[in-house]
Amino acid sequence: MIEAVSPRLSTEGAGAILLDAADAVFSDDTQSRIWAVAAWMLKADGVAETVPGMNNLMIVFDPLAVAPEVVERQLLQAWQTVVPDAVAGRDVDIPVVYGGATGEDLAVLAEHAGLSVDEVVRRHSEAVYSVAAVGAMPGFVYLSGLDPALAMPRRAVPRMKVEIGSVIIGGAQAGIMPCTAPSGWHIIGRTEVPLFDPLRDPPSACKPGDRIRFSVIEVKA
Amino acid sequence: MIEILSTGAVNSVQDLGRTGYLNAGVGRSGMMDTPALEIANLLVGNDKVAAGIEVALFPFRLRFEVDTVFAMAGADSPAKLGDRQVPGWWAMNAKAGEVLTLGLPRSGARTVIALQGGIDVPLVLGSRSTDLKSGFGGFEGRGLNRGDRLALVAASRRVLRMEGGYGADVSALRGRPVENDEAIRLRVLPSAEYAAFTGEAISKFHQTDWLITNDANRMGYRLSGPELSLTRKLELFSHGIMPGTVQVPPNGQPIIQLAEANTCGGYPKIANVIEADLWKLAQAPVGTRLRFEITERDTAVAALRQQRTFMAELTADAALMRGWN
Repeated sequence: MIEAVSPRLSTEGAGAILLDAADAVFSDDTQSRIWAVAAWMLKADGVAETVPGMNNLMIVFDPLAVAPEVVERQLLQAWQTVVPDAVAGRDVDIPVVYGGATGEDLAVLAEHAGLSVDEVVRRHSEAVYSVAAVGAMPGFVYLSGLDPALAMPRRAVPRMKVEIGSVIIGGAQAGIMPCTAPSGWHIIGRTEVPLFDPLRDPPSACKPGDRIRFSVIEVKA
Repeated sequence: MIEILSTGAVNSVQDLGRTGYLNAGVGRSGMMDTPALEIANLLVGNDKVAAGIEVALFPFRLRFEVDTVFAMAGADSPAKLGDRQVPGWWAMNAKAGEVLTLGLPRSGARTVIALQGGIDVPLVLGSRSTDLKSGFGGFEGRGLNRGDRLALVAASRRVLRMEGGYGADVSALRGRPVENDEAIRLRVLPSAEYAAFTGEAISKFHQTDWLITNDANRMGYRLSGPELSLTRKLELFSHGIMPGTVQVPPNGQPIIQLAEANTCGGYPKIANVIEADLWKLAQAPVGTRLRFEITERDTAVAALRQQRTFMAELTADAALMRGWN
C-alpha cells in the first residue's frame, strides 16, 4: 500500500463531511485515491453524493439515516484500504484565443509571473492537464498540470460576471468557464468548446482522469 | 393551466432541489425555503417533491384557468383570491378564472405557492427546479415572465370539502416572526478553517449583527460587518461546499452560500449554518441582520429530526382534515 497523507476531517453542516488530504502541492497520486474513495463511499448506507475536489473529498449524506460519526469512521477506513484503479481518460483538445478583450488578465498574469506574454502562452499551451475534478459550476473542470510559474492567487474580490468559454487560472489551478458566472480567477483567453449540456446524462463533457491540451488559435495584445 | 399576470424575473418554478449531480458541478437549486414547499405540498395533497412557485419579487399575480386547490407558505404576503383574503399555510379551492394576488410580505422574503398536482415542467437531471444561474430546468430554464402559462400535473381533480379551506399551525417549527430591528439567530457548526481565524475574528463573527447587503440572491448572500482576519494567509485547493457554508474571502466580509451555491469553492470556511436553519435565511430580506451562534452536531441533527417529525405528523393530519368532494 502506498503511504497516504494523513487526511483531516471537518464538517459542512450535519450532513456533509470534508476529507482534506492536500499537501503543499497538488498530488496526482492522492487524487487517484480521492476518485477511488469517492466511488466506494457512494455505495455506503445513507450516502447521497460524493464530491471530489482537488486532493479533497466531500461526502454528502442524510444524518437521520446514518450517524455522522459512522460516516467519518467509514471514510477514514476507506482512505486506508481502498486501492486506486487506473482511470482510462480521454484526450480533449481546447483551441484558445489568448489575450485581448476576452483574455483581459493575460498581461497582468505575465507581469505577476515575471514572464513575457508569449512565454505565458507557450507554457500554458504546452502542458498536458489532467481533469482532477468537475465542480463549482456545471461542467467546470479543475485541471492539474499548470506550470507552477503561472500560479497566481485569486482576486481579492471575485468578478460578478465571467463569460462562458473563458480560460482561467486561480492559484495553482487551471480551468475553463462552462457558463457565464461569477469567478475570482484570472482570465487569460477564450474557447468555443462547449463543456456542459443539461439534456445529456452525464451532462459534463469531461470526466476526472481526462487529459486536456490547450492549442493556440491566436495571441491578441 | 395557470397564467402569470405580473411577476419579477427572479420568481421561478422550484421543487425540493436537484440531487446526484454535485460531482458534475450541478448545484441543488430548489426552493430556498424547502420546508415551506413541503408543507404547502402536503396541504394540497401533493407528494412533497411536487414543483411550486417561489415568489421573491412582489406584487405577483396569477390567473387560474382550471378549478384547482392551492396553498401559500413561507413569507407572510398579504394575498387575495379575487376579493377574498387568503391566509398563509392554508389550502383553498380556486375556481377557473379567479386571480390570486400576492403583495409585499409583512415579514419574510419568499412566498411559496403549491398547486394541486404541481407545476408540470420537464424533469431535467432528475428535478423540476430552475437553475437560474446556469439557465436550465424549471420553466424554459428561466425566471417567470408576464404572460407565461404553466401546466399543472394532471392529478385527480378534487376540491376541498371545507369551503374555507384548512391550514397548518407551523409555530412549533418556525417560532414567532422576527421583529424588524432584531437580528435573525442562526445556529452554525465550525467548518474546516474555523481555528485558522484570529481569536478576535472568532469573537467578532459570533458577536456581530451582520448586515445582508444588496449582493444577495439565490446563490448566496454577501454580508457586511467588521473585517474577519486569518492568523495567516491561506490559498486553499478547491473543495466541495454546501448551501449554508459561510466563506470569508480576502476582504474579510463573509459570504453565505445558498440554494444555487457553486458545488466547489476555494475561500476559507469559517462555519456552516445548520440545515434546519437554512429556511430562516430564505426568509431574511436584504438589509436585515444575522447573528451566528455556535452549536453542536448533535443539536443540528436533532433539529433536522424535529423538522422531519413535524412533516410526518402534518402528512397524517392533512390526510384526515382534507376530505375531498
